[in-house]
Amino acid sequence: MPGSADSATRAEREIMTAEELRILEAKAMDLRIKTIDAIGFLGVGHIGGSLSLIELLTILYYRHLKHDPADPRLESRDRLVLSKGHAGPALYSTLADRGFFPEEWLHTLNKGGTRLPSHCDRSKTPGIDMTTGSLGQGFSAACGIAKALKIKKNPAALFAIIGDGESNEGQIWEAAMFAAHNKLDNIIAFTDCNKLQIDGFTNEVLDLENLDGKWAAFGWHTQRINGHDFEALDKAILTAKAHSGQPHMIVMDTIKGKGASFCEGLATNHNMAYSYEKALEVIAEIRGGK
Amino acid sequence: MADKEMRAVYAETLTELASKDDRIVVLEADLMRATGTGPFKEKYPDRAVNVGVAEANMLSIAGGMSTEGYIPFAATFGCFATRRAFDQFFLSCAYAGLNVKLVGTDPGVSAAFNGGTHMPFEDLGLVRMVPGIDIVEPSDPVSLKALVQQIAARPNSAYIRLHRKALSPLYPETATFEVGKAKVLRSGTGVTLAALGGLMVHNAVTAAELLAADGISAEVIDVLSLKPLDAETILASARKTGLVISIENHQAHNGLGSAVAELFAEAADRPARLVRMGIQDQFGEVGTEAWLLEKFGLRAEDIAAAVKKALKG
Ligand SMILES: Cc1ncc(C[n+]2csc(CCOP(=O)(O)OP(=O)(O)O)c2C)c(N)n1
Ligand SMILES: [Mg+2]
Repeated sequence: MPGSADSATRAEREIMTAEELRILEAKAMDLRIKTIDAIGFLGVGHIGGSLSLIELLTILYYRHLKHDPADPRLESRDRLVLSKGHAGPALYSTLADRGFFPEEWLHTLNKGGTRLPSHCDRSKTPGIDMTTGSLGQGFSAACGIAKALKIKKNPAALFAIIGDGESNEGQIWEAAMFAAHNKLDNIIAFTDCNKLQIDGFTNEVLDLENLDGKWAAFGWHTQRINGHDFEALDKAILTAKAHSGQPHMIVMDTIKGKGASFCEGLATNHNMAYSYEKALEVIAEIRGGK
Repeated sequence: MADKEMRAVYAETLTELASKDDRIVVLEADLMRATGTGPFKEKYPDRAVNVGVAEANMLSIAGGMSTEGYIPFAATFGCFATRRAFDQFFLSCAYAGLNVKLVGTDPGVSAAFNGGTHMPFEDLGLVRMVPGIDIVEPSDPVSLKALVQQIAARPNSAYIRLHRKALSPLYPETATFEVGKAKVLRSGTGVTLAALGGLMVHNAVTAAELLAADGISAEVIDVLSLKPLDAETILASARKTGLVISIENHQAHNGLGSAVAELFAEAADRPARLVRMGIQDQFGEVGTEAWLLEKFGLRAEDIAAAVKKALKG
């Protein structure tokens, strides 16, 4: 990759201490539990694609993303667009934990009149920067935000998260060309490459590989890492920040349904029904370190 | 004001607005030469974004820019603005509570030599279904300038149906306009010609002159705003004349004709008889604008003939 991390300062590349790593791991366990609990309380939801994002959301909200829960639209904040909007529940657990809204809201998920709908909605939920749910659109909107930040000369970063199935959408690649052409190096994007979409394995529905090669060919500064490994995530984000002139794509190899024994890796875990009993059982299992 | 290319008025108005309001940005999808926003780009290169031939991308980008406080005017041919990027306009702009001004150019038969693939007869029907947006179709250079200014000042998303070619002014430069308000261009007692868009309003005015020569007094309403629709002006005229002809460069259903029919159907009285002129469930095709107007029965003489037929029946 041209440029790469060589220009990063020492401070920027500072490796996480063992204690920091332990704190992130504990936090991820907590957010995973809250997400399983919220969806289980309702009885059905997008559990698979929520759980594959827990480590990413944890490291963003507890290490990299500038934000202020008391002022969700703070001009100097970093922005985040969850383009695979159906993973809202994972983001809601994170935002609640960070204090954007009361934790009791998590049990209102998808109930009539809730402020936490299945798919992310900027008009309803504090801390949500863009309304998403029609796959592909959020990523273009993220590019619009990044372009607007450039016009304003606002140095904030724009984090965007897309799915591998979502990458079937032509709009993703329209946005990819736009961001590269406009040199939107304030974008740090992640593909949650969990190898599954609704109808099955991505390589059976519509094969995407070589995915990192595609992004590089579209002019993006591209890395491919294990999306459940905090040290790899941290290094990739710092590497992206230290490289200018190109937008950044971090393809994360992940496991759909990660950490919940009843659904991890299951091809049917996209939008799954499970009882609250089951949720509490698996939460106890996670707490017990199994 | 002399006859003027509507697109030039559009570009000048936006450039003028941009000089006072740095939130105004122009988005184009490789039709900047057609829309005529080149002068805007020359003056404000940072605030003119050409996304390439990618209309869906353009409208979600516009939504994203709106979250940052910008007011994007995103333009392309009306067919692509609506048919191709409907979900993006719906969700990334309107549903998200954002402020994006979608501009669909070359309405109806004005697409002429671009033919049936490019001839939007359904754009208004599509966008009418989007909650909370404004829809306007200015009829001359004066109303265009005023309505672009007004739309820019409103906080919600909008669809502007923009005739690109030259049109003669129907109003003095001092005339004032308001989104949601129609204009009575000529008053009359025998029939109401409720027309939408430059070509139709100009033809309705000529039709009223033809009818006057035959002793029929026609009132001409320039509808201007399809959403909100000026129910008050249309109902008052309807109750006075007893016969309304809705005239649009669009399918006769799901656009102006349907909006007026809905208004009449829900009124306690029967305000007037309604005849809907427009495209009768047909696709567009290629030809000169004059040939197409004749083919689809939207010339001034067609309007006059429809009035006479209705008055007889
Ligand atoms: C435009 C659009 N088409 C279809 C859907 C229905 N849908 C929701 S999620 C999904 C699969 C997404 O797969 P992926 O991006 O891999 O999500 P993940 O595996 O991370 O849950 C589909 C088809 C949608 N939300 N939007
Ligand atoms: Mg997937």
